[in-house]
Amino acid sequence: MADLHVELVAADRNVWSGEANLVVARTKSGDIGIMANHEPLLGVLQSGPITIRTSDGGTVIAAVHGGFISFADNKLSILAEIAELADEIDVDRAERALQRSKTEADSGAERRAEVRLAAASGAH
Amino acid sequence: MGAQIRVYKRRIRSVTATKKITKAMEMIAASRIIKAQRQVTASSPYADELTRAVTAVATGSHTKHPLTTEAEHPSRAAVLVVTSDRGLAGGYSSNAIKAADRLTERLRAEGKEVDSYLIGRKAVAYYAFRERKVAQSWTGFSDSPSYADAKAAAAPMIESVLADTADGGVDELHIVFTEFVSMMTQNPVDRRLLPLSLTRDGSVDGEGAGEAAAPAKTEALPLFEFEPSAEGVLDALLPRYVESRIYNALLQAAASEHAARRRAMKSATDNAEDLIKSLTRLANAARQADITQEISEIVGGASALADASAGSD
Repeated sequence: MADLHVELVAADRNVWSGEANLVVARTKSGDIGIMANHEPLLGVLQSGPITIRTSDGGTVIAAVHGGFISFADNKLSILAEIAELADEIDVDRAERALQRSKTEADSGAERRAEVRLAAASGAH
Repeated sequence: MGAQIRVYKRRIRSVTATKKITKAMEMIAASRIIKAQRQVTASSPYADELTRAVTAVATGSHTKHPLTTEAEHPSRAAVLVVTSDRGLAGGYSSNAIKAADRLTERLRAEGKEVDSYLIGRKAVAYYAFRERKVAQSWTGFSDSPSYADAKAAAAPMIESVLADTADGGVDELHIVFTEFVSMMTQNPVDRRLLPLSLTRDGSVDGEGAGEAAAPAKTEALPLFEFEPSAEGVLDALLPRYVESRIYNALLQAAASEHAARRRAMKSATDNAEDLIKSLTRLANAARQADITQEISEIVGGASALADASAGSD
């Protein structure tokens, strides 16, 4: 199967890069799956988990908060202000953040915590 | 007369203590430059990709957006000045402020009102002392800025660009910061962030985008499909672009600040060494003079005694 090259970059670092055969991301208008030879695309991401099926059969899940996805010439760039791989996420901390944001009615923080937890649980 | 030596000894001690401090500050700054440089490098993939995306949308669509179109009669401009929070960095902050003053004057000559946004305690103090009007200021992160800091600084500026000129909105966005060229060279520069000027071959203009725009020039950009729409993408993209450019400027300014501080502290250490050397020479000369005087006193005393005893014989 043809592969595409994926670069997942956050504002301050390169989070993950490698070859993959499918990437699923959540854009403003819904989930989108991208495989090799997709037509050039530039989309606005919503905060949500991103699933990358790597060429060697593994799965990488990351939580991203805001950003873009751009695909051209079999190169996929995911630009996120904040991006964390599932195994980097501190589940306890995210749960605490979720509780706190619920009591403070901070919908942005609540959403971020939920995305983190969803990404982290997907990894196990 | 030991008083003279004592004065020299005391001064040598105090200069040695100062030298220890400046040497330590020099080494701290040197290690932080490396860290700051690494951060600049780490942030560049994001900035590069973002510039590519902005170029792609701007060339691939004919959308008009307040952030890309030049106002016919620009009447207000915002200037963001990046300086340091702490001193002891040579001319670092004052050079950046001077560059900002030059830019402000030029903009005024073009008939634009200038709103000043400041980063760093040095700029805030400078403006406060001269009782100049400041639109907004931020302090406390000049030596290790995070993306959230850049975002916080970008938000009110983007807002004022989007606002109507009549409501106090601005037409242009400039940033003045110190560009990190190398360990020895840092230049204060001013860049226009908005409106974006697209060069004929479609790459984003602005020397700051230099390296970032370089790949875009050589490769032909494919026709993109936009999700949800070209306008929607541009709406979301441009603020991020401004944030990332400000973030990059902050990181470079931080690296420059450490480099400037290292250089300032190095010359302070060198001066202290010179001072210690010349003071030691003076102290030695004073000690030698004391000894000479003591000897001549003893010799004088002895010969006076000899004369006296010879006289009594």
